Amino acid sequence: MKYPCLLAIVTLSATLSACGGEAEPLQVGASPELPKPERGLLPDMVIAKPAKWGDKVPTVPDGYTIKAIATDLKIPRQTLVLPNGDILVAEGRGGTAPDLKPKDIIAGIIKAQGTSPVKGGNRLTLLRDADGDGTYETSTVFAENLNAPYGLALVDNKLYVANQDALVRFNYQEGDTKASGPPETVTQLPSEINHHWTKALTASADGQYLYVGIGSNSNITERGMTAEADRARIWRVSAGTGEHKAYATGLRNPTALAIQPDTGQLWAVVNERDEIGPNLVPDYLTAVQEGAFYGWPYSYWGKNVDDRVRPQDPDKVASAIAPDYSLGSHVAALGVDFSADTMGAQFADGVFVGEHGSWNRSDPVGYKVVFVPFTDGHPSGPPVDFVAGFRDDDGTTRGRPVGVTVDPRGALIVADDLSNTIWRVTPTQPVQTPQPASADQPAQPAERPEAGTDSTPPAQNE
Amino acid sequence: MNQIFEHRYSLTVYPLHAVFLAGTIPLFLGAALSDAAYAKTFHIQWNNFASWLLVAGLVFAGIALIFAIVDLFRPYQRARGIVLYFLVLLATWIVGFIDALIHARDAWAGMPTGLVLSIVVTLLACVATWLGFRTPHVRGAL
Repeated sequence: MKYPCLLAIVTLSATLSACGGEAEPLQVGASPELPKPERGLLPDMVIAKPAKWGDKVPTVPDGYTIKAIATDLKIPRQTLVLPNGDILVAEGRGGTAPDLKPKDIIAGIIKAQGTSPVKGGNRLTLLRDADGDGTYETSTVFAENLNAPYGLALVDNKLYVANQDALVRFNYQEGDTKASGPPETVTQLPSEINHHWTKALTASADGQYLYVGIGSNSNITERGMTAEADRARIWRVSAGTGEHKAYATGLRNPTALAIQPDTGQLWAVVNERDEIGPNLVPDYLTAVQEGAFYGWPYSYWGKNVDDRVRPQDPDKVASAIAPDYSLGSHVAALGVDFSADTMGAQFADGVFVGEHGSWNRSDPVGYKVVFVPFTDGHPSGPPVDFVAGFRDDDGTTRGRPVGVTVDPRGALIVADDLSNTIWRVTPTQPVQTPQPASADQPAQPAERPEAGTDSTPPAQNE
Repeated sequence: MNQIFEHRYSLTVYPLHAVFLAGTIPLFLGAALSDAAYAKTFHIQWNNFASWLLVAGLVFAGIALIFAIVDLFRPYQRARGIVLYFLVLLATWIVGFIDALIHARDAWAGMPTGLVLSIVVTLLACVATWLGFRTPHVRGAL
């Protein structure tokens, strides 16, 4: 009874909003404008209308070229560039969260229209460009029967994979195209319900620790407070023992992690809460401070109390800190990686952020990869579009970016989970740079002691 | 003569109509009580119960509304007061629908509006049911 009616209203609001042109608050950077929370009788929903790429490709800045290096994958999410240039792709779709309210069923049907109908692969695919001509001519299944793998990290000869329920590791030797055996479980990860199921992953600069991003089990505690035990936080897991500690908390959905090359500092992109207006709450990029509390669920962007949470906790609100850099509300940042000199002077210092794109906003945002410029190790300007053209103004959507990975040889790898494609963006003229520092291109001798006993930076990724 | 009156007005509300009409009361009442329990305990499951009870109440009220509309368009059977009954039942459904949308908000965002609307819709359902059962009673001749 409610469903057709709701759909009609959603369609109507989409039509109306196409004509609207109200000023948007300035919402990128260190101190975004935060309007008052608002919520009408119906949430704003504008769902992507999937379409094929055909002959089209995403747009990139002048002087750059984009090419699909793998297609027909099974929901690619995050990628990892291995020392020999091979690319690993994590494919899968997780989440076992049951529908609790009539609203969940209706919203689920509507939102599914904007995603790929393909079944998640639950596997890792390895792409290889043996002759270095930019065409990845071989594609092999590196490992399968995983449980919604997402985050990836390589430390020496151990390949870590964050499944939706456990952190596991494979042995890896340079040149491998297939895992030599089943993975070993490092530690179980919180997986009950798994409303936000993606487990982001990166390794510390010294390879001793793995950071795992664990999303909340709800938008804003509507599955109850008990469901949020051990959620909305970043774990630091010891590579040697599998022991963990909560490294930072109150991060609603930390969807991608990266280590800053020069400093070893952990950075994250985090998706913030929905349903309090089109311009709340900004998704953000932040250096993650050890032991810090970032607000969720009690408050957002520091100490702005979220009145939807009961019981409230003024003490926690008082301890909440604001993140570093707003990417804009509802852009759905799902990928982050630090750039390198080989990406060209204009895009050398900063991070790339993959924005999956909004579904709960009448004027859609995201659906692109942006570059956030850094100066002296900190964000220093508004985001610049780097890969765009995923979505037309009429809602036709050909792709949705997820993970972004910088190949130190001078390429940005973008996973697209709508068209099930891996895109590779390269400077059209290869950038001449001095031999990259070891942070950009880690040396990976064949023989290595166990993780944690040497200081060679591992391949940083998520 | 009595036979003629019985044809003109049904003596009781049609049984299926009665089931759905009277059924709205426990459903909406259940929603209101669940809302009250959520407000008192902050336990989210009460909020989920209320959401589903409201949907069930809307289904029952919606079916009763269809019976009422059919009765409304059969002038030879129309009894005095049926228009008022129809309007109150329609109001019940509309308030219940708004209440259901309010309950679709996450966590405490639907409160306390949700509780207030659930109480209002329960009272409206009681009045509608009372009017619905009272209406067909016919006294005396034309």
